[in-house]
Amino acid sequence: MVRAQLATALVRTAARLSRMTGRGDGSVIGGRIGLAVEPRLLTVLARGRQVALVSGTNGKTTTTRLLTAALGTLGPVASNSYGANMPTGHTTALAQSPNAQHAVLEVDEHYLRTVLAETRPRVVALLNLSRDQLDRAMEVGMLADRWREVLGALREQAATPGAEPTQVVANCDDPLVTWAASAAPQVIWVAAGQRWQEDSWVCPQCGAHLKREGVDWACPGCDLRRPQPTWWLADDDTVAGPDGIRQPVTLQLPGRVNRANAVTALAAAALFGVRPADAAPRLAEVASIAGRYATVERDGRSIRLLLAKNPAGWLEAFDMVDRISPAGAPPPPVLLSINARVVDGLDTSWLYDVDYASLRGHRVLVTGDRRYDLAVRLEVNEVPFEVVDAFTDALAAVPPGRLEVIANYTAFQDIRAELGRAN
Amino acid sequence: MPTDPAASGLPIDPAAARSDSHLRIVWVYPDLLSTYGDRGNLLILARRAQARGIDVETIPIAYDEPIPRSGDIYLVGGGEDRPQTLAAQRMRADGGLRAAVSAGAAVLAVCAGIQLIGEYFHIDGNRIAGAELLDLRSDRGESRAVGELVGEVDPRLGLPLLTGFENHGGRCHLGPAANPLAKVLVGTGNDGKTEGAWAGRVIGTYLHGPALSRNPALADLVLSWALDVPLTALPPIDDSWPERLRAERLAAVLPR
Ligand SMILES: [Zn+2]
Repeated sequence: MVRAQLATALVRTAARLSRMTGRGDGSVIGGRIGLAVEPRLLTVLARGRQVALVSGTNGKTTTTRLLTAALGTLGPVASNSYGANMPTGHTTALAQSPNAQHAVLEVDEHYLRTVLAETRPRVVALLNLSRDQLDRAMEVGMLADRWREVLGALREQAATPGAEPTQVVANCDDPLVTWAASAAPQVIWVAAGQRWQEDSWVCPQCGAHLKREGVDWACPGCDLRRPQPTWWLADDDTVAGPDGIRQPVTLQLPGRVNRANAVTALAAAALFGVRPADAAPRLAEVASIAGRYATVERDGRSIRLLLAKNPAGWLEAFDMVDRISPAGAPPPPVLLSINARVVDGLDTSWLYDVDYASLRGHRVLVTGDRRYDLAVRLEVNEVPFEVVDAFTDALAAVPPGRLEVIANYTAFQDIRAELGRAN
Repeated sequence: MPTDPAASGLPIDPAAARSDSHLRIVWVYPDLLSTYGDRGNLLILARRAQARGIDVETIPIAYDEPIPRSGDIYLVGGGEDRPQTLAAQRMRADGGLRAAVSAGAAVLAVCAGIQLIGEYFHIDGNRIAGAELLDLRSDRGESRAVGELVGEVDPRLGLPLLTGFENHGGRCHLGPAANPLAKVLVGTGNDGKTEGAWAGRVIGTYLHGPALSRNPALADLVLSWALDVPLTALPPIDDSWPERLRAERLAAVLPR
């Protein structure tokens, strides 16, 4: 226990030092130092708290933030709000909020097993699985298999006398998530949508070709089919839940995908006893997440930043651009920025999994390390474009007014740095 | 330059005439084999044909549909283990692709596709029979080959350096009836020495997904085979963006 106390103190000191010296927010380095002193530190720090985990390919940072806001009605909540979503980040988040009875942790989809075992969460929310950085990540089908194993093991835990059962909240619109989650003893199904379907044509259980009809899907070869959801979006501004719940929800965050994330957050919050009516006003307060969705004013330009890391994310981002085109006025110019550094994934072939046709009519500018990849892609897609060497060139090229920016991970960070760490 | 289709080792069936009014590009099982932006090759071939005034019909064939025999170009993409196995079984049972190759159609198979069109490949220790369009066999390598690949193309094909991205666990072993597509300068390819394979009008490559985005000349070679004309007969088109992309990528990975 003394080791754990020492380790916890070290985490906080290291994180503070790292922030002071401007080397980042310290959530990774702090956790790494703490875990070196006490390898079971995450387990120790999670003990006695009510923990929720959020995982999936896309939307986990946003959903974590929304669920944190909802659980805020119960008191302080520990959360890895900077998106440091591996055990080092979780350790730092818990160490820095010693008095928070609740914790909401965003979990990298490859770390679900470890973090589940160490934190013994009360709720696990599972959003979606799609291709993401395939050159270094596990293929998405294997990842679903791995999840299924991990979640199936919850049955033993549920059978242990005295153990608090872990409840799973899962997206029934995603066949891979459904297949993985259905191994768990208790699942609350949420219709969180699936715009991107290219990774779930084939039944993960038997390999047959899934049949789809509207939102419904079913396997002709086995018993896997879309479960009936308990929570769903009744319309653009209303979340439907069990027992006839009809909760109006108005978000500042754009896009249908964020309304779906709100449904998941409300469903997970309800498992902690937070009523949707109490949670909804908290969700409405969330305006931007680590710079995402933020609008930054610079030289008369209103620059809106959208982060999109993989094909599914790009489709959702285009949906957001469409929504905010003012009726009657020319649509705002759109800057696309692509890098392929290690954390982005070195491979740009996913650019061809996205259809850019919905950008026609916008003035499209292209930048980033891999702007030529994007140029070739847009030429093939017959979307007119201009290549610029840097973000500042793009800014100079567009007239005062709105500019939409869609960028992948390091490209997004570069632009944020350029804009002075806009929040 | 149009090479003899018989070199692929398959019997030619002169009665199976292909369409002469327009170019038919068949995309084989996009629902199973489209892991790494494979659609790109289809879009690029179609666009480059259209830029030469050629009408194009693109025909995606879902895995529960028969593969038509009358296509001019067939594209076989990459897939994960389960879909790849299913695709191989369907392709063999269907027979349409083999028939089309016998009739002189061109084939471009990328990534898992090169394994699929060989004699067999391995998944989870099981040997899976392939479509047998190229004289090659695949097994698993010691490690995954991930990264940029550059190769010097077989001089008989008259192409500039091959450039692209590879990501595969398999290794290919070519038999005498298949020619290596390129000699590896950077990357792994088939075995660290050669990359891809070709025979007749069939090409397989480990360059995955939109391999043609960086290799417009390879796209034109496939088009020229399908159109039965020499590569030099295709009018040039504006390739300034693909050329800048090639130059940027080659500069990034070739030793100086
Ligand atoms: Zn099935």
